Amino acid sequence: MATSESRLRVRKADGVTQIEFVDRNILDEANIQQIGDEIGALIEADSSPKLLISFSNVDHLSSAALGALITIHNRLKGKKGQLRLADIDPQIFEVFVITKLNKLFEIHDTREAALASFR
Amino acid sequence: MGTTGPHNPRGHSAHATLHDLQHLHTAEQPLLSAVRAAGFPEAAVFAIRLSLEEAVTNAFRHGSRGVANPVVRLGWTVGADRIELFVEDSGPGFNPGQVPDCTHPDRLEVPSGRGLMLMRAYMTSVEYNDKGNRVSMVYERPRA
Repeated sequence: MATSESRLRVRKADGVTQIEFVDRNILDEANIQQIGDEIGALIEADSSPKLLISFSNVDHLSSAALGALITIHNRLKGKKGQLRLADIDPQIFEVFVITKLNKLFEIHDTREAALASFR
Repeated sequence: MGTTGPHNPRGHSAHATLHDLQHLHTAEQPLLSAVRAAGFPEAAVFAIRLSLEEAVTNAFRHGSRGVANPVVRLGWTVGADRIELFVEDSGPGFNPGQVPDCTHPDRLEVPSGRGLMLMRAYMTSVEYNDKGNRVSMVYERPRA
């Protein structure tokens, strides 16, 4: 069921917006739409957005969630922003490999490694 | 939801009818429970759930496009070493051969079209009927 409650935990430090998902399963279309909208608003609010998305809580995701991530990537690209993904469970990472999106996204094993990679 | 129960010689079978995507989560729980009860590993549960979610999402989003009151039927049989699933929509069908390769460099930044690829990657077989409105999938337990 769609609610107005945020689907994200967000904190900003040293110019990097760090995002975690509230949901363990990123499958529901309404939730994915909301996640995309919330992250889109974060991108628009920053002139030089640097986003780190952690998947530490995520057990499942769908192709629609991948689509939302690609849209985020494209929006950041349009603003010359930077995107890093981190803390991805091996089972979830396999989804990125199958779809070859591991070549599109800059993925790090840990949040610390991702933070250190921003330019 | 109907259930034929464990007396089915091929395994535990059940079926369900959905009128919207919101009830998929509830409908898939008996399947995932049956997969776990049959001793399949969590990797199989992940594969089955992902494939079913993608197939049912495709059935509503694409297969039922233009259908006033969409109906999607799904069913499954969970055997000792083999899981069979089907998802059927009430739409006109589509040609799965016309789905473009989403891993092509020119399409990598296109945010849609990955569901069928994931189903094919995670399931042992994925087949559509001639009309293109029913997908049948099989998952076989990996040999040790």
